[in-house]
Amino acid sequence: MATRQTRTLAKVAVGPSVLVLFIWMIVPLGLTLYFSVLNYNLLEPGNESYIGFLNYQYFLTDPAFFSALANTLKLVGGVLVITVVGGTLLALLLDQPIFGRGFVRLMVIAPFFVMPTVSALIWKNLLMHPVSGLFAWLAKAVGLQPIDWFTEAPLTAICLIVAWQWLPFATLILLTALQSLDQEQKEAAEMDGTPAIPFFFYIVLPHIARAVTVVILIETIFLLNVFAEIRVTTGGGDATTNIPFMVYAQALLQFDIGGASAGGIVAVILANIVAFFLVRMIGRNLEA
Amino acid sequence: MARAVSVQRRTFTTVAAWAIGFLIFFPILWMVLTSFKTELDAFSTPPKFLFFDWTLENFGIVQERSNYLKFAGNSIILSLGSTLLGLLLAVPAAWAMAFAPGKRTKDLLMWMLSTKMMPPVGALIPIYLIFQHLGLLDSRVGLIIVLSLLNLPIIVWMLFTYFKEIPGEILEASRMDGATLWREIVYVLTPMAVPGIASTLLLNFILAWNEAFWTLNLTTTEAAPLTAFIASYSSPEGLFWAKLSAASTMAVAPILILGWFCQRQLVRGLTFGAVK
Repeated sequence: MATRQTRTLAKVAVGPSVLVLFIWMIVPLGLTLYFSVLNYNLLEPGNESYIGFLNYQYFLTDPAFFSALANTLKLVGGVLVITVVGGTLLALLLDQPIFGRGFVRLMVIAPFFVMPTVSALIWKNLLMHPVSGLFAWLAKAVGLQPIDWFTEAPLTAICLIVAWQWLPFATLILLTALQSLDQEQKEAAEMDGTPAIPFFFYIVLPHIARAVTVVILIETIFLLNVFAEIRVTTGGGDATTNIPFMVYAQALLQFDIGGASAGGIVAVILANIVAFFLVRMIGRNLEA
Repeated sequence: MARAVSVQRRTFTTVAAWAIGFLIFFPILWMVLTSFKTELDAFSTPPKFLFFDWTLENFGIVQERSNYLKFAGNSIILSLGSTLLGLLLAVPAAWAMAFAPGKRTKDLLMWMLSTKMMPPVGALIPIYLIFQHLGLLDSRVGLIIVLSLLNLPIIVWMLFTYFKEIPGEILEASRMDGATLWREIVYVLTPMAVPGIASTLLLNFILAWNEAFWTLNLTTTEAAPLTAFIASYSSPEGLFWAKLSAASTMAVAPILILGWFCQRQLVRGLTFGAVK
């Protein structure tokens, strides 16, 4: 049906998007690669020189890199566990007959729309403040010692904040997947008197498995890049600096362009490992 | 008997769902309540939930001290500008991919998606230096470009999944009836495409509004949107909870309301059509 004329038109229509995205991807990446083999510090202009892989060597052997890598993985892992398990349970609950489900849905989805800087500061001050925060008051009310979140367990605190932001996302997507479960299958299981737990593991879980994978992969992409929450709560430090924050600090606070670029490339490689799986998942779906 | 059980169960699930929903929503509610308190009430232990002197003074003070309206204006300009620019590029592309797919259309879509996975820190340094060179740091134009490129893959994908659902037969039928390409676009295609374009616009407006990596790193004062405005409250001397809450409420409220309107489209947009 598509004539040669429409083919040409289609190329013209797709062209601009492809071109700008290509430039957006290739120019910064190329420059980052180039800077990463230079000794390049903004404080010493005119002194740029080629130093090979020295930046990578410094970056990858820096103890700060390992703690940043560990923090990144802990943050991604912690948030994933909370949001996927919590989101599944919550989606199962919301899939039940509920009076006013629409309104509950609105309440559950709300945190997703709160900008990262707001949720971080509201949690840090209003809820997690060791003296006047609501959690401290609750802890004291039941006779516990209030936790000084950002001194004792800063990474856990950030994990909780980020998980709160992403729980709605997981819940909403898993709920959508649950709702497409065949009603007759459900009724048949009910008639047979299938207990809830085998029903979940043998019927529900396989049905939502793909949605779970999509949630995990998409969240991972965003969670690898958590930045604002760290910047406004702890402002770095060994306990909470992740790889994006480390690169940011090296570039815009220490002006070490070469070293930061090497870090950026490391971050790109890490993200690509995840992206590889995600692209395959979604690509397979495109054919179906 | 069966009916009685189901009413019981329904009551239980309803109570549980409302309780959990309320807990998840609570931090936002608490923020809104605190924004109406005096600073003294905001800090008080035990906390005051509803019985305090309700006041509007915080909102006025926030505007006066830190010029909320200027930041809000920037947020609107950046979000709307980047979304419109993105749509301008993406509508023809998604249209072509949906209605005149070639052999490489699928690869092209996947490639676009993969650009979204590039961590921003991999591009931060060159973009920062290029912008510095071109005088685009802290400028709205620069940020509009960055934000629209950032969201372009999502815009193309969302539009593509919507356009895909428009039956091609309708277009053929209109062509058989002798409609010109122009009439086909205006009278047949557009009315069916508008809902999809509208939800794409809404979702991307929200994503741009909340974007906090590039907006924090590429702005200082002139082009800074609300994400940066709130970040300025993170300094220790800025610990005025009622004012922080008022500022936060003003930064979040517009987008929360928009978000509630387009929550149905959220799933499709954020999973690139993988979950519908």
